[in-house]
Amino acid sequence: MTTTPAHSDPARSDPESSGGASTERLTFWEEATRWTLSVDHKKLGLMYIAAGLVFFLIGGVEAAFMRLQLMKADAGIIDPETFNQLFTMHGTTMVFLVGMPILLGFGNYLIPLMVGARDMAFPRLNAFGFWLFIFGGILLYFSYIGSQGLYGAPSAPDVGWFAYAPLTSRTFSRGNSTDYWILGILVSGFGSMTTAINFIATILCMRCPGMKLMRMPMIAWMMLVVAGLVLVAIPVLTAAQAMLLLDRSLGAHFFDPETQGSAVLWQHLFWFFGHPEVYILILPAFGFVSEILPVFSRKAIFGYSLMVAATVGIGFIALGVWAHHMFVIGMGPVLDSFFAAATFLISVPTGIKIFNWIGTMWGGRLRFATPMLFVTGFIAMFVIGGLTGIMLATVPMDWQLSDSYFVVGHFHYVLFGGTVFGIFGAIFYWFPKATGRMLDDKLGKWTFWLLFIGFTLTFMPMHVSGVLGMPRRVYTYEADRGFELWNMISTIGVPVQMAGILVFLWNVVRSLRKGEIAGNDPWDAWTLEWATTSPPPEWNFDRVPTVTSARPLWDLKNPEDPDAHYE
Amino acid sequence: MRVKPKLQLLGLVLAAIAFAATNTDSFAALQSAPLEVCDSSIPPTEGAGVTGIFSPNSATTREIRDLSYLVFAICAAIFVVVQGFLVVAIVRGVKAARAAKRDPAGSSREPVQIYGSVPIEVAWTVIPVIIVFVLGMVTIRTIRNIDLTNPPDGALEVTVIGHQWWWEYRYEADARDGITRTIITANELHVPIGRPVWLRLESADVIHSFWVPRLAGKMDLIPGHSNAMWFTAETPGLYLGQCAEYCGTQHAHMLLRVYAEDSAQFDAWRAAQSKPAVEDATVAKGRAVFTQYACMNCHTIAGTSDGMFGPNLTHLASRDTIGSGFIDLTRANLRQWIADPDTMKAGCNMPSLKLADDELDAVTDYLMTLK
Repeated sequence: MTTTPAHSDPARSDPESSGGASTERLTFWEEATRWTLSVDHKKLGLMYIAAGLVFFLIGGVEAAFMRLQLMKADAGIIDPETFNQLFTMHGTTMVFLVGMPILLGFGNYLIPLMVGARDMAFPRLNAFGFWLFIFGGILLYFSYIGSQGLYGAPSAPDVGWFAYAPLTSRTFSRGNSTDYWILGILVSGFGSMTTAINFIATILCMRCPGMKLMRMPMIAWMMLVVAGLVLVAIPVLTAAQAMLLLDRSLGAHFFDPETQGSAVLWQHLFWFFGHPEVYILILPAFGFVSEILPVFSRKAIFGYSLMVAATVGIGFIALGVWAHHMFVIGMGPVLDSFFAAATFLISVPTGIKIFNWIGTMWGGRLRFATPMLFVTGFIAMFVIGGLTGIMLATVPMDWQLSDSYFVVGHFHYVLFGGTVFGIFGAIFYWFPKATGRMLDDKLGKWTFWLLFIGFTLTFMPMHVSGVLGMPRRVYTYEADRGFELWNMISTIGVPVQMAGILVFLWNVVRSLRKGEIAGNDPWDAWTLEWATTSPPPEWNFDRVPTVTSARPLWDLKNPEDPDAHYE
Repeated sequence: MRVKPKLQLLGLVLAAIAFAATNTDSFAALQSAPLEVCDSSIPPTEGAGVTGIFSPNSATTREIRDLSYLVFAICAAIFVVVQGFLVVAIVRGVKAARAAKRDPAGSSREPVQIYGSVPIEVAWTVIPVIIVFVLGMVTIRTIRNIDLTNPPDGALEVTVIGHQWWWEYRYEADARDGITRTIITANELHVPIGRPVWLRLESADVIHSFWVPRLAGKMDLIPGHSNAMWFTAETPGLYLGQCAEYCGTQHAHMLLRVYAEDSAQFDAWRAAQSKPAVEDATVAKGRAVFTQYACMNCHTIAGTSDGMFGPNLTHLASRDTIGSGFIDLTRANLRQWIADPDTMKAGCNMPSLKLADDELDAVTDYLMTLK
């Protein structure tokens, strides 16, 4: 094997041998039936990602409307109730219907291929989980048309994505839009749990011969930890939502302060889910970076075992930091100090990851194709999100900055600059594997730079408006506070981002039909998914591979200097 | 697949500049001008739109600001080091890739594989541990210094009750100050300078959060869960803020106004507020409208009505604003507000009573006399 970029090597491009793609032409309905009834982890993974991208567009449009309203003080474009619905639906959509399904979709697609298995451990359960997610998402959005209640009741949930009690009680949230929020997320939550069980079973039980735990691709480690977090965190949310449903429908009093229920209890339950959720959303993206960065630096990942340890460490500490979302509820100095310390602690393993990535790039030969651009952007942006996180963990600073626009800036640096950039890197990286065709690199770079510039324009000024005292979740603000300039800049970033997304969509549509044929291994990569055809056959591998190191294809390509020698 | 390191660098430089904008110095510059406006003795109702956290006017917020400077500085240093290494790694990596491309023998070989290095990895584990240890200690020290849990000696006690979407303030009877009855007012908090103010925070409905950035960090008002906070304002002036916890439709218009006054002014204000409502025979018709319609069910005017659901109006006309701080109290505004509050504050809980024009005029005139 050579080490030249293989996608430019026509000898490798052999569409006839692309296993899964059969030559017969199916009608639309035959094709749709095939996808709907499929239990193939690859089809399910792609459907997860596609559905997630559709919700991403919806959530993005919601955000654009909000930015339009906040462009200047008292813009009067969107009325307060609609605005409150927009940020509730935007947050809920982006977390539960975009972040989780896309990341779990990648896990679905990649895990069996990367650990050398023929499918997930429980394919039917896998399909069940996917359809629960779809159903949950549709249920949530059905509230816009199906939710009817008393006069003046909102048509869509307007309680915020963290739905603090007692704003969610029957008294303050009339009609049934909040019930749609509860049920939609509860249903898709069960889907996430089944997927997590599948991930754990597949990773622990179905690795190919020779793939010891410490030879797994980093992404498998990340997904294993994510699955563990899902199994611990989501049931807590599900239970809390069930309690809320009882409160609302059957007159229970869990969160009702009038009858000795506790509004603070909801916050504890929600954030006990909510903080691990942040790591559920970022760890898979860490996985993308850890796979893409080495290939485009032409070096092994730096400090594999420390990376694994850091991942597992993050997984454990992530379960003990939830109350740093609650420094302003008056927990008292002892709890404040504990949760501040725990939060500072989690920056250590997170820092290790960033250093190890830079260590991976150090001394490499960098090739800035689109996936590499996105993961490099990820590192640069995530560092900023991490540092503003440290500021928010500094409790007295949090007393000032909590619930201000500074927080909005902070978590968008983590979830957009981090997770979304990671997802785009992953899409550009694995698109050729899934479809057999490359995405266009030039258009990809346009997407990156438009998104990067638009993102910075939109979210950097939010730190400033937050420091100037602008609270989040306001549909308008006072003109005399110095917020206007920063909000205007934020809004200007929106069309730039939208242009980036449009270029990306055009790229996908065009490349699906006319993209360069990819071949099996366009990036000259080292993990098992590149050893099979693009797209892979339903059974993934003709023969189950046997591996001798963490980079099985490196060993094949460099028989004179295999990784196995260094383990 | 040509690499564009210059663009890369440009991006990182842009990010760095943007980050610098959030840094302390530029904030100090941003804030210094309005800060002076407040320090000079402009009447408290004008200007003073400043709500930034870097313009403190109390010992606690000054301590938070100083801590923030330290944390900003540490984070800026980490930022420079990490992004610096990233940039160097990119530049070197791109150069190495170009060199390999030029060299036909080299291009087929991969770069030297380095799988890790225990000393280096230990270093970048231990150094962050030290940094976060320092940060943790400083944070805990500041938490203990500020000590929100105990009221300082001689503090003025005020109970703050959050409502959708306005603030109720109760100054308890205070024998030391010769105040014999509870003063209940709304939306405009008056405090003396140089004396600690101890706020008991409660909520009548959902969670709200009291945030006047120049005087104190925020603290939530949670139904069924008593919270407290305190601050000591240093210079006279108007300090603005607003509810910082999403509390429903009009969360955005639940503004806070804190008037810090010297003790003579404050005492005068308190003495005026503890008087019964003004009785003016020329507006008897307006008073009749107020008592004949549902106004009195929700609003208290001492000696006239005792509704508890809306703001206490006994001394309404002594305030600068209505609608929780975002509408100037003028006769025209008040009339429009009474006619249909929804046109000014969509979704607010006060209904339009569909009064006739002459009733509106009468009740507005009556309310405007309640100094």
